[in-house]
Amino acid sequence: MDYYWKTNLKILICLLIIWFLVSFGFGILLSDWLDQFKIGGFKLGFWFAQQGSIYVFIILIFTYVYLMERLDKKVSKDEKEKGA
Amino acid sequence: MSVQEWTFVMVGVSFALYILIAFKSRAKTTSDFYVAGKSVNPIVNGMATAADWMSAASFLSMAGLIAFLGKDGSVYLMGWTGGYVLLALLLAPYLRKFGQFTVPDFIGERYYSNTARVVAVVCLIFISFTYIAGQMRGVGIVFSRFLEVDIKLGVVIGMGIVFVYAVWGGMKGITYTQVAQYTVLIFAYLVPAVYISIIMTNNPIPQLGFGSTLSNSPEFLLDKLDKVTSDLGFTPYTENAKSKIDIFCITAALMAGTAGLPHVIVRFFTVPSFNAARKSAGYALIFIALLYTTAPAVSAFARMNLIDSIQDKEYSESPQWFRNWEDIGLIAWKDKNSDGLIRYSAGNALEDVKPIYSEERGNSGERTVKNLPDLSNENEVYIDTDIIVLANPEIANLPFWVVALVAAGGVAAALSTAAGLLIAISSAISHDLLKKTIMPEISEKQELFYSRLATAFAIGVAGLFGIYPPAFVAQVVAFAFGLAASTLFPVLLLGIFSKRLNKEGAIAGMLVGLVFTSSYIIYFKFMAPELNTPDNWFLSISPEGIGFVGMILNVVVALIVSSLTAPPPKEVGEMVERIRRP
Repeated sequence: MDYYWKTNLKILICLLIIWFLVSFGFGILLSDWLDQFKIGGFKLGFWFAQQGSIYVFIILIFTYVYLMERLDKKVSKDEKEKGA
Repeated sequence: MSVQEWTFVMVGVSFALYILIAFKSRAKTTSDFYVAGKSVNPIVNGMATAADWMSAASFLSMAGLIAFLGKDGSVYLMGWTGGYVLLALLLAPYLRKFGQFTVPDFIGERYYSNTARVVAVVCLIFISFTYIAGQMRGVGIVFSRFLEVDIKLGVVIGMGIVFVYAVWGGMKGITYTQVAQYTVLIFAYLVPAVYISIIMTNNPIPQLGFGSTLSNSPEFLLDKLDKVTSDLGFTPYTENAKSKIDIFCITAALMAGTAGLPHVIVRFFTVPSFNAARKSAGYALIFIALLYTTAPAVSAFARMNLIDSIQDKEYSESPQWFRNWEDIGLIAWKDKNSDGLIRYSAGNALEDVKPIYSEERGNSGERTVKNLPDLSNENEVYIDTDIIVLANPEIANLPFWVVALVAAGGVAAALSTAAGLLIAISSAISHDLLKKTIMPEISEKQELFYSRLATAFAIGVAGLFGIYPPAFVAQVVAFAFGLAASTLFPVLLLGIFSKRLNKEGAIAGMLVGLVFTSSYIIYFKFMAPELNTPDNWFLSISPEGIGFVGMILNVVVALIVSSLTAPPPKEVGEMVERIRRP
């Protein structure tokens, strides 16, 4: 069980680092610097602040769902084997 | 048909739909009433959560705010979506696993204390009523502008509809009406956005449109907007005017506040499992993002259109919508230089900002105001940002049925959120205060009766807020998020991720967060509003962002007090172990 919780925490930390980077990083702190690059009519920092960060948020949640489903399965299989 | 007739049809049909759904899904048990029997499909719950979350503020006010704030408006976009990442990763699955009915329930059990439970109930009621007041103002604006009924009658009709399906159906009825309301509101938001995007940029997808070139020139829309706004003396549209630290704190406070809002959290108690709660938060964010990524496009289009359609026009030639909103009292024009032309630029047009109209008409036929002109700048126009979304289809000359659809969408957004808040309030009263604290001997049937009674009572209070809107509605939104971030969010988070945090720590933390955040906001917003400038703020953090500091204080105090007092009993450790398991 300890393994399950520790793996969960590792996944959480990785995903939250990305969460922080795209919003507080690209959207706020590094935003002005990123604005020198452009995609289409968007300055890059502005795009992250008003569009990009939101798309990344969605991807992050579904990545978490996927990774945790895999972990849930693995742990319940291990437990069955131990029990048998 | 006229706009008004179209609006009657659209609003009428949508109301009939909500009542029909409510009739089909009545609540029979307390579990039905509080958490819809814990049997809602994650996608359906995602959609209901999106409607629950997206209020009159998201639907009516946000795009308008961003239109005037430009890049600074990103705090709302990132703050109100980023919170869902916190919710999905850190709170929702564990709170669902805990398996009770309300948020104070978790706090009461985890911190083995009815004091903690009651403190949580107080925070919840305060946050939720603050929020409801805003919804009622939204309903009032829509009704008075498009149906030309008295605001009071409009509020009474709206409350009547909510009364029927909330008291009758509880969480179960609300869930399915929220799905219908989401459909109405998202359709109402996207149709005009797509229309305007095509007109302005030839691109049917607004998210791409506002990064495209204008349909009548090779120039990028945002480049032109930057140029026009800076020519008029504003901060260029795609640059920040607020300080970085303030933007950082506001965004963080909104994120943590979103994750700590009880009426949103409780939606995740309605799904069947741990994993379904995670998934459901993901779906909710997809449904929310559909509106939230469209909003900044709408803002940019609206700002551009607005400047184009009124700048340097004579009042008699000004567009019809300009005069309609002036009649409602949300637009005012003061001809400072008496040249008869409307001049819109940076700065406040009037002293004391908000117009106080007199009965007379001015030289050009405009409504005159009693305010003195603010002579520090050349701006002659006062515009309430709340009108942008509602006025946008008219500004862009879209067909009447689109205008009516937007009105129905605004009402759907306001009612769905109000209903969710009402259930959160009534379950805190009937379940946490009555059943768990004051009279534990009542039966389930009696509890169900009391929860219906509490809902009816809460609707009454909310209705009063709508009819006699407290003047501070706009200011208190910061309050709701600041308090959720600085009181509920940290104790929920630490309750799951720390086994050591005890009741003394949690209560001390919540109280410190509550007192610090509310006194800072009350001081700058109500007691000394003239001092509400960056120079006087603590570390130049505005009252909107102070919830983040309150949250950090809460965590620090909670951990220190915990480490100095006895650890929680063994059962609590076991409970935390249990909710961490899949």
